Amino acid sequence: MKILVCISNVPDTTTKIKFTGDNELDTTGIQWVINPWDELSLTRALELKDSNPGLIESVTVAHAGPASSEPTIRKALAIGADSAIRVNAEPLDAFFVAAQLEKVITEENFDIVLCGIESSDFNGSTVGGMLAEFLGYPSVSAVSGINIENEDIVIKREIDGGSELVSVPVPFVAIVQKGIAIEPRIAAMRGIMMARKKPIKVVEPADVNALTEVSSYEMPPEKEACKFIDPDNPEELIDILQNKEKLI
Amino acid sequence: MSVLVYTENWDGKFKKLSFELVSYAYGVASMIDTDVVAVSIGDVDDGELEKLGNYGAKKVISVNKEELKGLDSQAYAAVISEIAGREEAAVLVLSNNNTGKAVAPRLSVKLNAGVGAGVSKLPSSTDPFTVYKRVYSGNAYANIVIKSDIKILTLEQNSFEVNETGGNAEIEQMDYDLDESLVKTEIRDVSKQTGKLLLTDAEIVVSGGRGMKSPDNWQPLVELAELLGGATACSRPVSDEGWRPHEEHTGQTGKIIAPNLYIAVGISGATQHIAGVSSSKCIVAVNNDKDAPVFESAKYGIVGDAMKVLPGLIEAVKNTRTS
Ligand SMILES: Cc1cc2nc3c(=O)[nH]c(=O)nc-3n(C[C@H](O)[C@H](O)[C@H](O)COP(=O)(O)OP(=O)(O)OC[C@H]3O[C@@H](n4cnc5c(N)ncnc54)[C@H](O)[C@@H]3O)c2cc1C
Repeated sequence: MKILVCISNVPDTTTKIKFTGDNELDTTGIQWVINPWDELSLTRALELKDSNPGLIESVTVAHAGPASSEPTIRKALAIGADSAIRVNAEPLDAFFVAAQLEKVITEENFDIVLCGIESSDFNGSTVGGMLAEFLGYPSVSAVSGINIENEDIVIKREIDGGSELVSVPVPFVAIVQKGIAIEPRIAAMRGIMMARKKPIKVVEPADVNALTEVSSYEMPPEKEACKFIDPDNPEELIDILQNKEKLI
Repeated sequence: MSVLVYTENWDGKFKKLSFELVSYAYGVASMIDTDVVAVSIGDVDDGELEKLGNYGAKKVISVNKEELKGLDSQAYAAVISEIAGREEAAVLVLSNNNTGKAVAPRLSVKLNAGVGAGVSKLPSSTDPFTVYKRVYSGNAYANIVIKSDIKILTLEQNSFEVNETGGNAEIEQMDYDLDESLVKTEIRDVSKQTGKLLLTDAEIVVSGGRGMKSPDNWQPLVELAELLGGATACSRPVSDEGWRPHEEHTGQTGKIIAPNLYIAVGISGATQHIAGVSSSKCIVAVNNDKDAPVFESAKYGIVGDAMKVLPGLIEAVKNTRTS
């Protein structure tokens, strides 16, 4: 079986977000990283390959983005992916990205496709589900575990107040979240060396229109300064919450 | 034309989230001068379905099939998109919860409809159709134009005021002809706590970080949450250490919540933590370091030791109840 991990290239989660005069993200000084959930799904894919050597043939990463995102793809290869595919296009919106990934998948026949629950830039939670529908594959969302038991794939899905074990035939798309792996796997020196020789296949985009576009960005509303309350007077806080804020 | 809202049920019942969704759909429908049609999938009785009328649903279509008992997003999307076609839906509204996140993107492809994911307000304009949403994990907001004919909006939980219109809904039991081959997922086992207030539903949340020092120190935090009728949460290192269950992990990589009141105790306020709670209406922080970044996000703060401040707060709440 072949696993595909879809990765998004996002600003490091501690980045101070700023916009330029003409309302575009100010990219100066931004450190770009693999979207945190995608990094965890890559980690889980590699674990599955390690523990099921005959069964899982390869782990590939796919990314829709310009050449400037190649360092992020190289990082995924250094962590352990066998190969990478990059669709050479600006990722216009989720629909556009999912349509590009569909093309990659139908050309190469992956059995397990992993997407992160959201991308930390647009927080859309949509690419994985759209991709599954484009492909006509079943999908399982809110996935917090994937295990292979006797060649049988069992997925753990989070539901309100608990979890379910779900089985689904290949090929499928799993949309993963917290729990899928504990810590992201880190690239070792050897991995970084090897990554230089691993192939990144570049494909040209399919002709698809985006369905949404950003018209402008805004900063979060200004917040008033914190009002400090004397630690010896907790009654004051409770009084404010009860009578002024009317929250309790 | 219509605005179609998918109202999920929990063991046959709706909850506040469902009424928020219908109220929101009613708001959108008023902007484009049309009516709200609600879709329910599962075993929900007429009395429950009728409740949706009170929040502005003109009609409620109920599909009750054994094969649709578990969430299969492909099959659910097939049902909802077919009804959207029949009702000529111009806008579809779903929750931005697990179910909405599973189904909305599939509907987008079926209906060639752009998605405004995680909206918290009514559209600022319907031509161009413009919605406002948080981006960069709460570090910014964007106005997004949806260009397709049909639009899909997923609404953040606890972001829209419930609005009673006093209306009545017509109920239609639909005998949906399901293509069973679409149901490919099979649920083998469920483990679920019932009767516990869900973190995502809670209006008050008391949350603990590494500053709580030890898993043995949680009793006063839990007591305060219970007294306030709220739920408990925690920061990521706390759940990673196994001090608290994973369901409580709040933040960018955990649960994203928007309670009315969020009390952060012994939490430093790292951006990744705040990303999950910044939509709370009021944040209170308790931290022994007056320079902790959490105070930048808090409306009220107490600089002090968690183990001393918590008992004081508990006492103060108890006093308001007896006086
Ligand atoms: C990709 C990525 C994603 C992440 N996602 C999340 C996430 O989803 N959620 C999350 O929470 N974190 C997340 N983190 C981790 C985050 O960066 C912080 O490390 C974490 O939030 C810190 O948790 P904390 O505030 O409990 O602990 P600390 O940072 O250790 O802070 C403890 C606080 O307690 C205070 N304190 C100490 N003793 C006391 C006392 N006796 N009384 C009162 N206060 C006291 C200290 O002053 C300090 O401010 C993520 C990190 C990365 C890199």
